[in-house]
Amino acid sequence: MEHTHTAAGHESAHSDSSTKSIWRTFWILLCITLVEVGLAFLHLEYGFLPRVMLNSIFIGLTLVKAFYIVAEFMHLGHEIKNLIMTILVPLLLFVWFIIAFLYEGDSWKNMRKDLKPGTPVETPKVGPAEKHH
Amino acid sequence: MDTAVTAKKKWWAGGYSPFNVSYGKLMMWYFLMSDAFTFGALLIAYGTIRFSSPSWPDPNEVFKSFPGMGHAELPLMFVSLMTFILIMSSVTMVLAVHAGHMRDRKAVAKWLMWTIVGGIAFLSCQAWEWTHLFHEGAWWGRNPFINVDGTQASTNFTNFFFTITGFHGLHVTSGVVLNIVILANVLKGTYDQRGHYEMVEKVGLYWHFVDLVWVFVFTCFYLL
Repeated sequence: MEHTHTAAGHESAHSDSSTKSIWRTFWILLCITLVEVGLAFLHLEYGFLPRVMLNSIFIGLTLVKAFYIVAEFMHLGHEIKNLIMTILVPLLLFVWFIIAFLYEGDSWKNMRKDLKPGTPVETPKVGPAEKHH
Repeated sequence: MDTAVTAKKKWWAGGYSPFNVSYGKLMMWYFLMSDAFTFGALLIAYGTIRFSSPSWPDPNEVFKSFPGMGHAELPLMFVSLMTFILIMSSVTMVLAVHAGHMRDRKAVAKWLMWTIVGGIAFLSCQAWEWTHLFHEGAWWGRNPFINVDGTQASTNFTNFFFTITGFHGLHVTSGVVLNIVILANVLKGTYDQRGHYEMVEKVGLYWHFVDLVWVFVFTCFYLL
Protein backbone atom coordinates (compact mmCIF):
# COMPACT_ATOMS: atom_id res chain seq x y z
CA MET A 1 0.00 0.00 0.00
CA GLU A 2 2.94 2.38 0.65
CA HIS A 3 4.14 1.63 -2.82
CA THR A 4 1.85 3.91 -4.78
CA HIS A 5 3.34 7.26 -3.81
CA THR A 6 6.95 6.32 -3.95
CA ALA A 7 6.52 4.33 -7.15
CA ALA A 8 7.70 7.12 -9.44
CA GLY A 9 10.70 8.03 -7.34
CA HIS A 10 11.39 4.39 -6.74
CA GLU A 11 11.61 3.70 -10.43
CA SER A 12 14.06 6.42 -11.28
CA ALA A 13 16.25 5.63 -8.27
CA HIS A 14 16.53 1.86 -8.68
CA SER A 15 15.76 1.02 -12.26
CA ASP A 16 17.97 3.45 -14.20
CA SER A 17 20.93 1.08 -14.36
CA SER A 18 18.96 -1.90 -15.66
CA THR A 19 16.68 0.09 -17.97
CA LYS A 20 19.90 1.49 -19.38
CA SER A 21 20.97 -1.97 -20.52
CA ILE A 22 17.47 -2.54 -21.97
CA TRP A 23 17.67 0.63 -24.07
CA ARG A 24 21.25 -0.17 -25.02
CA THR A 25 20.07 -3.51 -26.43
CA PHE A 26 17.29 -1.69 -28.31
CA TRP A 27 19.76 0.68 -30.00
CA ILE A 28 21.99 -2.26 -30.93
CA LEU A 29 19.04 -4.09 -32.52
CA LEU A 30 17.89 -0.96 -34.32
CA CYS A 31 21.34 -0.16 -35.69
CA ILE A 32 21.87 -3.72 -36.90
CA THR A 33 18.49 -3.63 -38.69
CA LEU A 34 19.36 -0.29 -40.30
CA VAL A 35 22.71 -1.68 -41.44
CA GLU A 36 20.93 -4.70 -42.95
CA VAL A 37 18.39 -2.58 -44.81
CA GLY A 38 21.15 -0.16 -45.86
CA LEU A 39 23.29 -2.97 -47.28
CA ALA A 40 20.26 -4.42 -49.10
CA PHE A 41 19.60 -1.00 -50.61
CA LEU A 42 23.25 -0.50 -51.63
CA HIS A 43 23.27 -3.90 -53.28
CA LEU A 44 20.01 -3.13 -55.07
CA GLU A 45 21.09 0.26 -56.40
CA TYR A 46 24.83 -0.08 -56.93
CA GLY A 47 25.45 -3.83 -56.91
CA PHE A 48 27.65 -3.29 -53.86
CA LEU A 49 29.00 -6.59 -52.50
CA PRO A 50 28.55 -9.93 -54.24
CA ARG A 51 25.35 -11.75 -53.35
CA VAL A 52 27.07 -14.57 -51.43
CA MET A 53 28.95 -12.17 -49.17
CA LEU A 54 25.82 -10.07 -48.67
CA ASN A 55 23.80 -13.12 -47.63
CA SER A 56 26.51 -14.27 -45.23
CA ILE A 57 26.50 -10.82 -43.61
CA PHE A 58 22.69 -10.91 -43.33
CA ILE A 59 22.76 -14.33 -41.69
CA GLY A 60 25.55 -13.28 -39.34
CA LEU A 61 23.79 -10.07 -38.30
CA THR A 62 20.51 -11.94 -37.81
CA LEU A 63 22.25 -14.36 -35.46
CA VAL A 64 23.69 -11.41 -33.52
CA LYS A 65 20.17 -9.95 -33.21
CA ALA A 66 18.86 -13.32 -32.07
CA PHE A 67 21.62 -13.53 -29.48
CA TYR A 68 20.71 -10.13 -28.02
CA ILE A 69 16.98 -10.86 -27.95
CA VAL A 70 17.48 -14.21 -26.22
CA ALA A 71 20.28 -13.22 -23.86
CA GLU A 72 19.03 -9.76 -22.81
CA PHE A 73 15.30 -9.47 -23.54
CA MET A 74 14.50 -13.04 -22.55
CA HIS A 75 17.10 -12.83 -19.79
CA LEU A 76 18.60 -16.20 -20.66
CA GLY A 77 22.11 -14.77 -20.39
CA HIS A 78 21.54 -14.18 -16.68
CA GLU A 79 20.03 -17.56 -15.87
CA ILE A 80 22.00 -20.50 -14.52
CA LYS A 81 24.08 -22.69 -16.78
CA ASN A 82 21.64 -25.63 -16.57
CA LEU A 83 18.91 -23.58 -18.20
CA ILE A 84 21.18 -21.94 -20.76
CA MET A 85 22.43 -25.36 -21.89
CA THR A 86 18.90 -26.81 -21.98
CA ILE A 87 18.03 -24.15 -24.54
CA LEU A 88 21.26 -23.88 -26.52
CA VAL A 89 22.25 -27.52 -26.97
CA PRO A 90 19.08 -28.70 -28.79
CA LEU A 91 19.23 -25.62 -30.99
CA LEU A 92 22.61 -26.84 -32.25
CA LEU A 93 20.56 -29.49 -34.08
CA PHE A 94 19.58 -26.64 -36.39
CA VAL A 95 23.14 -26.52 -37.71
CA TRP A 96 22.77 -30.09 -38.96
CA PHE A 97 19.18 -29.46 -40.06
CA ILE A 98 20.08 -26.44 -42.18
CA ILE A 99 23.18 -27.93 -43.79
CA ALA A 100 21.41 -31.20 -44.60
CA PHE A 101 18.36 -29.61 -46.15
CA LEU A 102 20.09 -26.90 -48.13
CA TYR A 103 22.40 -29.58 -49.51
CA GLU A 104 19.31 -31.63 -50.33
CA GLY A 105 17.69 -28.70 -52.12
CA ASP A 106 20.84 -28.12 -54.11
CA SER A 107 20.99 -31.79 -55.11
CA TRP A 108 17.35 -31.61 -56.27
CA LYS A 109 18.25 -28.66 -58.45
CA ASN A 110 21.08 -30.60 -60.05
CA MET A 111 18.88 -33.66 -60.52
CA ARG A 112 16.24 -31.46 -62.14
CA LYS A 113 18.80 -30.23 -64.57
CA ASP A 114 19.91 -33.74 -65.48
CA LEU A 115 16.48 -35.38 -65.45
CA LYS A 116 14.35 -32.75 -67.21
CA PRO A 117 11.55 -34.27 -69.37
CA GLY A 118 12.95 -34.79 -72.83
CA THR A 119 16.45 -35.57 -71.65
CA PRO A 120 17.62 -38.55 -73.71
CA VAL A 121 17.86 -41.63 -71.52
CA GLU A 122 21.22 -43.36 -71.66
CA THR A 123 20.50 -47.09 -71.87
CA PRO A 124 23.21 -49.25 -70.29
CA LYS A 125 24.96 -51.28 -72.98
CA VAL A 126 24.22 -54.95 -72.46
CA GLY A 127 27.26 -57.06 -73.30
CA PRO A 128 27.35 -60.84 -73.92
CA ALA A 129 26.11 -62.61 -70.78
CA GLU A 130 28.99 -63.71 -68.61
CA LYS A 131 29.08 -67.36 -67.79
CA HIS A 132 29.62 -67.77 -64.07
CA HIS A 133 29.17 -71.49 -63.79
CA MET B 1 28.91 -26.18 10.00
CA ASP B 2 32.04 -24.70 8.47
CA THR B 3 30.83 -21.92 6.16
CA ALA B 4 34.27 -20.55 5.31
CA VAL B 5 34.26 -22.54 2.08
CA THR B 6 30.95 -22.24 0.20
CA ALA B 7 29.94 -25.62 -1.14
CA LYS B 8 28.80 -25.71 -4.77
CA LYS B 9 25.04 -26.02 -4.83
CA LYS B 10 23.92 -29.50 -5.82
CA TRP B 11 21.31 -28.48 -8.36
CA TRP B 12 19.99 -32.00 -8.84
CA ALA B 13 19.85 -32.89 -5.13
CA GLY B 14 16.13 -32.14 -4.92
CA GLY B 15 14.17 -29.63 -2.92
CA TYR B 16 14.47 -26.83 -5.44
CA SER B 17 14.26 -26.33 -9.19
CA PRO B 18 17.47 -27.52 -10.84
CA PHE B 19 17.05 -24.68 -13.32
CA ASN B 20 16.55 -22.05 -10.62
CA VAL B 21 13.27 -20.96 -12.19
CA SER B 22 9.67 -21.77 -11.39
CA TYR B 23 7.82 -24.62 -13.07
CA GLY B 24 5.67 -22.24 -15.12
CA LYS B 25 8.64 -20.35 -16.50
CA LEU B 26 10.51 -23.56 -17.35
CA MET B 27 7.50 -24.95 -19.16
CA MET B 28 7.21 -21.73 -21.15
CA TRP B 29 10.84 -22.17 -22.22
CA TYR B 30 10.13 -25.80 -23.21
CA PHE B 31 7.11 -24.72 -25.22
CA LEU B 32 9.16 -22.02 -26.97
CA MET B 33 11.73 -24.67 -27.89
CA SER B 34 9.03 -26.78 -29.53
CA ASP B 35 7.69 -23.74 -31.35
CA ALA B 36 11.21 -22.81 -32.44
CA PHE B 37 11.54 -26.20 -34.12
CA THR B 38 8.16 -25.79 -35.79
CA PHE B 39 9.09 -22.43 -37.26
CA GLY B 40 12.56 -23.73 -38.02
CA ALA B 41 11.09 -26.63 -39.95
CA LEU B 42 8.87 -24.27 -41.98
CA LEU B 43 11.72 -21.89 -42.74
CA ILE B 44 14.15 -24.67 -43.63
CA ALA B 45 11.51 -26.22 -45.90
CA TYR B 46 11.29 -22.80 -47.58
CA GLY B 47 15.07 -22.71 -47.91
CA THR B 48 15.17 -26.21 -49.40
CA ILE B 49 12.53 -25.44 -52.03
CA ARG B 50 14.20 -22.15 -52.86
CA PHE B 51 17.60 -23.82 -53.18
CA SER B 52 16.08 -26.44 -55.45
CA SER B 53 14.53 -23.82 -57.74
CA PRO B 54 16.50 -22.54 -60.71
CA SER B 55 15.11 -19.05 -60.10
CA TRP B 56 12.93 -17.15 -57.64
CA PRO B 57 11.08 -13.80 -57.48
CA ASP B 58 13.14 -10.83 -56.32
CA PRO B 59 11.90 -9.60 -52.90
CA ASN B 60 12.89 -6.05 -53.83
CA GLU B 61 10.39 -6.20 -56.69
CA VAL B 62 7.60 -7.94 -54.80
CA PHE B 63 7.74 -5.95 -51.56
CA LYS B 64 8.08 -2.36 -52.63
CA SER B 65 4.77 -0.79 -51.74
CA PHE B 66 4.01 1.46 -48.77
CA PRO B 67 0.59 2.38 -47.42
CA GLY B 68 -0.48 5.81 -48.53
CA MET B 69 2.39 6.19 -51.01
CA GLY B 70 0.43 5.01 -54.04
CA HIS B 71 2.68 3.58 -56.72
CA ALA B 72 5.94 4.87 -55.26
CA GLU B 73 8.60 2.15 -55.28
CA LEU B 74 10.07 1.81 -51.82
CA PRO B 75 11.67 -1.63 -51.63
CA LEU B 76 11.68 -3.16 -48.15
CA MET B 77 10.66 0.10 -46.45
CA PHE B 78 7.34 -1.15 -45.16
CA VAL B 79 8.71 -4.40 -43.80
CA SER B 80 11.51 -2.45 -42.09
CA LEU B 81 8.83 -0.37 -40.38
CA MET B 82 7.10 -3.57 -39.27
CA THR B 83 10.39 -4.89 -37.86
CA PHE B 84 10.90 -1.63 -35.99
CA ILE B 85 7.38 -1.78 -34.52
CA LEU B 86 7.88 -5.33 -33.27
CA ILE B 87 11.31 -4.61 -31.78
CA MET B 88 9.84 -1.53 -30.04
CA SER B 89 7.03 -3.66 -28.61
CA SER B 90 9.65 -6.11 -27.33
CA VAL B 91 11.42 -3.23 -25.58
CA THR B 92 8.19 -2.06 -23.93
CA MET B 93 7.59 -5.66 -22.85
CA VAL B 94 11.02 -5.85 -21.19
CA LEU B 95 10.24 -2.55 -19.46
CA ALA B 96 6.95 -4.04 -18.23
CA VAL B 97 8.77 -7.07 -16.80
CA HIS B 98 11.32 -4.76 -15.20
CA ALA B 99 8.53 -2.69 -13.62
CA GLY B 100 7.08 -5.98 -12.36
CA HIS B 101 10.32 -6.68 -10.51
CA MET B 102 9.92 -3.27 -8.89
CA ARG B 103 6.30 -4.23 -8.04
CA ASP B 104 5.21 -1.00 -9.75
CA ARG B 105 1.67 -1.84 -10.88
CA LYS B 106 1.03 1.37 -12.77
CA ALA B 107 4.26 1.13 -14.75
CA VAL B 108 3.61 -2.53 -15.59
CA ALA B 109 0.17 -1.61 -16.89
CA LYS B 110 1.56 1.29 -18.90
CA TRP B 111 4.33 -0.68 -20.62
CA LEU B 112 2.13 -3.73 -21.17
CA MET B 113 -0.46 -1.47 -22.82
CA TRP B 114 2.18 -0.08 -25.18
CA THR B 115 3.24 -3.65 -26.00
CA ILE B 116 -0.35 -4.48 -26.93
CA VAL B 117 -0.56 -1.33 -29.07
CA GLY B 118 2.65 -2.37 -30.84
CA GLY B 119 1.29 -5.85 -31.45
CA ILE B 120 -1.95 -4.52 -32.92
CA ALA B 121 0.01 -2.06 -35.07
CA PHE B 122 2.16 -4.91 -36.42
CA LEU B 123 -0.92 -7.02 -37.19
CA SER B 124 -2.52 -4.07 -38.98
CA CYS B 125 0.60 -3.64 -41.10
CA GLN B 126 0.67 -7.33 -41.94
CA ALA B 127 -3.03 -7.22 -42.83
CA TRP B 128 -2.35 -4.29 -45.18
CA GLU B 129 0.57 -6.15 -46.78
CA TRP B 130 -1.55 -9.27 -47.30
CA THR B 131 -4.47 -7.27 -48.73
CA HIS B 132 -2.15 -5.38 -51.06
CA LEU B 133 -0.51 -8.57 -52.33
CA PHE B 134 -3.94 -10.18 -52.73
CA HIS B 135 -5.07 -7.31 -54.90
CA GLU B 136 -1.98 -7.79 -57.04
CA GLY B 137 -3.10 -11.38 -57.62
CA ALA B 138 -1.06 -13.23 -55.02
CA TRP B 139 -2.56 -15.90 -52.78
CA TRP B 140 -2.09 -19.54 -51.90
CA GLY B 141 -1.95 -21.23 -55.29
CA ARG B 142 -1.62 -17.93 -57.22
CA ASN B 143 1.66 -16.18 -57.96
CA PRO B 144 1.63 -13.17 -60.32
CA PHE B 145 5.31 -12.35 -59.83
CA ILE B 146 8.02 -13.49 -62.21
CA ASN B 147 11.40 -14.92 -61.35
CA VAL B 148 14.62 -12.96 -61.46
CA ASP B 149 15.60 -14.75 -64.66
CA GLY B 150 12.32 -13.82 -66.34
CA THR B 151 10.63 -17.20 -66.19
CA GLN B 152 7.16 -17.77 -64.76
CA ALA B 153 7.47 -18.28 -61.00
CA SER B 154 5.90 -21.29 -59.31
CA THR B 155 3.32 -20.88 -56.58
CA ASN B 156 5.91 -22.05 -54.03
CA PHE B 157 6.83 -18.43 -53.42
CA THR B 158 3.37 -17.26 -52.39
CA ASN B 159 2.46 -20.53 -50.67
CA PHE B 160 5.43 -20.29 -48.36
CA PHE B 161 5.06 -16.55 -47.86
CA PHE B 162 1.43 -16.64 -46.78
CA THR B 163 1.81 -19.83 -44.75
CA ILE B 164 4.83 -18.71 -42.74
CA THR B 165 3.81 -15.06 -42.24
CA GLY B 166 0.28 -16.30 -41.49
CA PHE B 167 1.51 -18.76 -38.87
CA HIS B 168 3.64 -16.00 -37.39
CA GLY B 169 0.67 -13.62 -37.47
CA LEU B 170 -1.37 -16.19 -35.55
CA HIS B 171 1.33 -16.19 -32.89
CA VAL B 172 1.31 -12.39 -32.72
CA THR B 173 -2.48 -12.46 -32.38
CA SER B 174 -2.45 -15.02 -29.60
CA GLY B 175 0.33 -13.01 -27.95
CA VAL B 176 -1.79 -9.86 -28.07
CA VAL B 177 -4.76 -11.74 -26.60
CA LEU B 178 -2.60 -13.17 -23.80
CA ASN B 179 -1.16 -9.74 -23.09
CA ILE B 180 -4.66 -8.25 -22.85
CA VAL B 181 -5.71 -10.97 -20.38
CA ILE B 182 -2.60 -10.39 -18.27
CA LEU B 183 -3.09 -6.60 -18.44
CA ALA B 184 -6.61 -7.08 -17.07
CA ASN B 185 -5.13 -9.08 -14.20
CA VAL B 186 -2.46 -6.45 -13.57
CA LEU B 187 -5.09 -3.72 -13.36
CA LYS B 188 -7.20 -5.88 -11.08
CA GLY B 189 -4.29 -6.25 -8.69
CA THR B 190 -4.04 -10.04 -9.00
CA TYR B 191 -0.24 -10.02 -9.03
CA ASP B 192 0.09 -7.56 -6.19
CA GLN B 193 -1.99 -10.00 -4.17
CA ARG B 194 0.09 -12.92 -5.39
CA GLY B 195 3.27 -11.14 -4.40
CA HIS B 196 5.07 -11.36 -7.73
CA TYR B 197 4.66 -10.39 -11.35
CA GLU B 198 6.08 -13.58 -12.79
CA MET B 199 3.10 -14.02 -15.13
CA VAL B 200 4.22 -10.86 -16.91
CA GLU B 201 7.64 -12.44 -17.34
CA LYS B 202 6.14 -15.59 -18.80
CA VAL B 203 4.03 -13.82 -21.42
CA GLY B 204 7.08 -11.63 -21.95
CA LEU B 205 9.09 -14.69 -22.96
CA TYR B 206 6.38 -15.63 -25.45
CA TRP B 207 6.32 -12.12 -26.87
CA HIS B 208 10.08 -12.01 -27.33
CA PHE B 209 9.93 -15.36 -29.05
CA VAL B 210 7.40 -13.93 -31.50
CA ASP B 211 9.78 -11.04 -32.17
CA LEU B 212 12.68 -13.45 -32.59
CA VAL B 213 10.81 -15.51 -35.17
CA TRP B 214 10.02 -12.32 -37.08
CA VAL B 215 13.72 -11.44 -37.18
CA PHE B 216 14.35 -14.75 -38.97
CA VAL B 217 11.29 -14.48 -41.24
CA PHE B 218 12.39 -10.95 -42.20
CA THR B 219 15.87 -12.20 -43.09
CA CYS B 220 14.74 -15.29 -45.02
CA PHE B 221 11.94 -13.75 -47.06
CA TYR B 222 13.03 -10.17 -47.56
CA LEU B 223 16.82 -10.03 -47.33
CA LEU B 224 18.24 -13.31 -48.61
